[in-house]
This record gives sequence, structure tokens and C-alpha cells, in this order.
Amino acid sequence: MLVTGACGRLGKHVVREQHRLRRVIAVDRRPFPDKPKDVVHEQVDMRRKKLKDVFRAEPIEAVIHLGVMHDPRASQAEHHSWNVAGFQKLLEYVAQFKIPKLVVLSSANVYGPQPDNAQFLNEDAPLLGGARFSEIRDLIEVDMLAQGFFWKHPETETVILRPVHIVGAVHNAASNFMRLPTIPTLLGFDPMVQIIHESDVVAAIGCALTPRQRGIYNVAGPSPLPLSHIVKLLGKPSFPIPYTFGKAILKRLWSLRLTTFPAPELDHIRYVCMVDDKLSRTELGYAPRMPIAETVRSVAVESW
Amino acid sequence: MPLDQRIGWGDSFSVGAESKSLVRRWSGPVGTLRALAPLARRLVESAVGGIDSWMTGKLGEEFNERLARVPLSLTPTGVDEFGLDPQWTKYALASVALLHRKYFRTEVFGKENIPAGRVLLIANHSGQIPMDGALIGASLFMDVEPPRFMRAMVDKWTQTLPFVSLLFSRVGQVVGVPENAKRLLENNEALLVFPEGARGIAKPFDKRYQLVDFGLGFMRLALETGTPIVPVAVIGGEEQYVSLGNFDGLAKLLRMPSMPILPQLLLPFGVLPLPTRYRIYFGEPMHFTGDPDDDDSLIEEKVFVVKSTVQSMVNRGLQARKGVFF
Repeated sequence: MLVTGACGRLGKHVVREQHRLRRVIAVDRRPFPDKPKDVVHEQVDMRRKKLKDVFRAEPIEAVIHLGVMHDPRASQAEHHSWNVAGFQKLLEYVAQFKIPKLVVLSSANVYGPQPDNAQFLNEDAPLLGGARFSEIRDLIEVDMLAQGFFWKHPETETVILRPVHIVGAVHNAASNFMRLPTIPTLLGFDPMVQIIHESDVVAAIGCALTPRQRGIYNVAGPSPLPLSHIVKLLGKPSFPIPYTFGKAILKRLWSLRLTTFPAPELDHIRYVCMVDDKLSRTELGYAPRMPIAETVRSVAVESW
Repeated sequence: MPLDQRIGWGDSFSVGAESKSLVRRWSGPVGTLRALAPLARRLVESAVGGIDSWMTGKLGEEFNERLARVPLSLTPTGVDEFGLDPQWTKYALASVALLHRKYFRTEVFGKENIPAGRVLLIANHSGQIPMDGALIGASLFMDVEPPRFMRAMVDKWTQTLPFVSLLFSRVGQVVGVPENAKRLLENNEALLVFPEGARGIAKPFDKRYQLVDFGLGFMRLALETGTPIVPVAVIGGEEQYVSLGNFDGLAKLLRMPSMPILPQLLLPFGVLPLPTRYRIYFGEPMHFTGDPDDDDSLIEEKVFVVKSTVQSMVNRGLQARKGVFF
């Protein structure tokens, strides 16, 4: 099995889980210092020809694509070439070497927080995440490419997972937000949110690897809760700011490189962006195991 | 300044020495506030206790007894999946129930017509502010057996308003999209729909009680989920604010659905709606069968049946009423 983006925090988690069951090749250009002994680490850039050699070297049963870059500070061009061009290369090899299984980790953020969102979006909902937040367009493009691949190559079982905000030891916007010493909120807004613990995402990837599973699945965590309940469970102080004011400040801070949160991400604490995970529960047989309180508190734990 | 820093404390965030000292200087008043927190909490608790007993005094023990009987399915953190919080709903219902009983002195007819399971309430819309929805909700809780929390569909525009979006979500009002409605009906909730939409609520005074075009969505929903439709006529809403017309240009500019011209706002206490007497008529449940994906013209026929039922209920209600305020 081949895992891209294996040296991210989630990637390491997946590799550790899977190497007990299968032989795992970890592909990532970053180093993997504490990798398990039986895991092969190929330190290659996904856009390089060398990736093809990895495919050529031995038969691969499944490819798990986690290597989506979302560093809000990286340049647009770098983002695009890594996420889209790199992924296209990967798809090319998956088709060429007739890999039977492809799992792509997308995100529920592709739907985007909107004032007119249904409370629970299903997999057919339009991917409008880029309407207000252009940096997410890469991720939408990756999702679309994977969908196109799903139809063009029926011999490969493609599974696209769209998990809600992943929290835990991972470094993403949601977890970083919950790690702030004082949680900023928007005055008069308290949307319902869904979060999922990283170990549940790993479990969902495991479910997706089951033979004959294919399709697009939303993956949600335990039960939704208002943002204010998350703050309460974290036991941290919160600080409400009016939206226009908060947006202006965040824009300013962003341009001064004082924050890792781009201003359009404020919509996530303003509007609802929740998914209906009925399909993944019934068809994939996935069920979140981590209770909501532990999921929320897991951001404080630095290592697992 | 400390304010801005709190907002953007990302993990790669580094504060300069100068701004750190600013934070420290500012921690003084924050510390004092922290010390006052237990006192404030006790004050709030005693205030809540006081409100609770005052509420029971005004509305009677029956209110609490009915509250305990409302069926709810809550998540571990104490809200339902749409964000309804029973605590918020209790206070919201209590205040609306006071308006219902004391201010508008609502008379309710045909309360036996509401089935216990899933139901779509189709009502005429009036009154510039959605007081009609609130009062139908109050009567579903106070007068109808078994008591239930009514769910209504609100305009997506309300979601962009601070506090309003929060309040609506906590008291069980959801954004008006078909997916939400379907999910609520599948959970056997009572769902209120105003098929006239925002055009209905902003009728000028000379067009009062004349229903505007109904949307077709509710009928497709009823056909798809096999839900009985209860037509509802609300009398008394049109006179609470006398509207001379609408500033369409201004409404567009402010991105509001409508901007009524209300001369009474110039009077002292003119912001309050006039204390008209509301009358709410629940009609007999109507059952429709057919394909929810039928052509518009076929759906329109069925919608017309509902619309004319509501209109005739409104007309009969108007004839039966002796005066607007009593």
C-alpha cells in the first residue's frame, strides 16, 4: 500500500495503523524520523518522475492520498502545482499501473459555510467552498479530479472521503483555532459545528480500504454541537467580536503575518457547514468511536 | 490592541517584545474582571431563579408541566441536531406565551385538528414582523395536545444577522431549504411554512388578508414525505402595523427582503405592535397523493386547493370578528 503525505501528523497516524496489516510505502518529501521499521519511506516529490519508479518497483494494492498541502502561507502557484499537478501525476500512475484501490482524503470544507446551507449537506451538494475563500479552490479541484477519475476508471475502486473539521494533534485551522489561549467568537453568532477526532478519520480510511467499497462519502464525528459548547468543554475564556470589526482586524493581522488564519475562514464560525454522514455509516460501516468531550479536549494533547 | 492579538494566536504566531508588554499592562482590569466573575455568576443565577418563579406565577404550573412532556431528541451536549436548546426555547416560549395570553389575547379554534405525528402547517403570512409564526408556535405548545415545539423555516437572510441567527437556531427555527424541511418531517416534527414567503409578510394595509401567490415547494415536500397539511388562518396580524407601502430601493440597498413604511413608528412606543386580538384557526388536515416531481401545473392545482382553503378560512374569520382590538 502506498500512502502520500505520510509524514504529516495524520499521515503518520495512518501509516502506524496500517503497517500492522499490510506492507506500507510512505511517500513524502519531508523526513520521517520515527517511522516504524517495516515501513519503506520514499522521500520523493510527487511531481517528480521518481514517483513512477516507486510504482514500477513492486505491485501496489492501494493508494491513499493524504498529500494535500494546506499551508495558508505558501504561495498560490506552489499550492496549485503541488496539489493539482502532483495529484494529476499520481492519478496517471494509478491508472497506468491499474491499482485496484484509491482513497482520496478531501474535506467537508469543499461545501463551504454559507448562510443558505442545509443543516446537513449530503454528498450531492454543490462544492461552493471557493465562492468566498479562494484558497480552498485547490482542494475542490482535487476533489473534482478524483470524481472524474472515479468515472473514467471503473477498474479502480475510488473512494473520496470528505471528513468534517479534523481535530487532535494535527495542525490544521480547526485544531489551531481550538488551541488559542482565548477563543475569539463572532458576536451574535454561534453556529452548529461538527468535529472529528483524527483516530476516527484513520478508522474511516480503514473502512474505505475494504474491497468493493467505492464512492464519495461524508465523514462526520460524534454529534454536532454549537461552537459555544466547544469553548465550554475546553474550559477556555472566549472573546466575542463584531463580524465586520473582526474581519478588518484579521485582514490586517494576516497582511502583517501575525496570524495563521486568513480572514475568509471567519465564515466557519459564522455559518453552518455540516454534513450528513448517513452513507458512510450505512455503506462504509464507519462509526465514530471517540465521544464528543474527548474529541474536543484532544487538541490539548500534543502527542499520541 | 490586546484585542487584536487575541484574535490571531495561531501556532506560528510570535509576539514582539513591545506588544507583550502591552498585554501585561492590560491584564490588570482583566484580572479584576476575573475576580468579579463568581459574584456576577451568583447575580445571574438569582436573576434566573427570579424570572423562573415570576414566569410560573404568570403562566401557571401548567407551563412547566407541559414543558416536561415535549418529546425531544438531544445530543450529549444538550442541543438537538439543528441547534435547538431546551433552555433557550423555554424562555423564548415563556415570553411568547405571555404575548399570546396577555398582550394579543389569542383565541385558538380547531386545536383538535393537529395530528400527533408529522404535520405541515400552512398559514397566511402577515404583520411585518413574524409575530404570527411565534403565536402559532405558542398555541402549539400551550393549547394543542400533546404539547410540542413547532419548527419553522426562516429566510436565509436572517442567518446573516448577528443574534437573530443565534436565537432562531437555539429555539429550533431552521433555514428554509427543502433538505432541512424533509429532515424535520422525517423526525416527525410539526413544521410551519408560510408559502407566501417574504412577499406575504410585507403586505401594505390596503392589501390586507389577500393572499399573494403560494410557493410550490411545500406541496412537493408533503407528497414526498406523505405528510398531512393543516391549513391555518391567522387573523389580527395585519392590523398590528399599518403599512402604507414598501421602500423597494432602500430594501435592496440594505439587502433586506422588504422595508415597509410604518407611520406608527413615529409615535411614542410605536415600535411595539398594536395590541390587536389574534385569532388562529386550525383547519382539518388535508391529505394529498401524487408524484412529488410532477409538472408545476399539476402541483399548482393541489397548491390552489390549499390556498383557497386558507383564504376562505381567513374570510370566514374576518366575518366572525366583531372588532380588531377585542
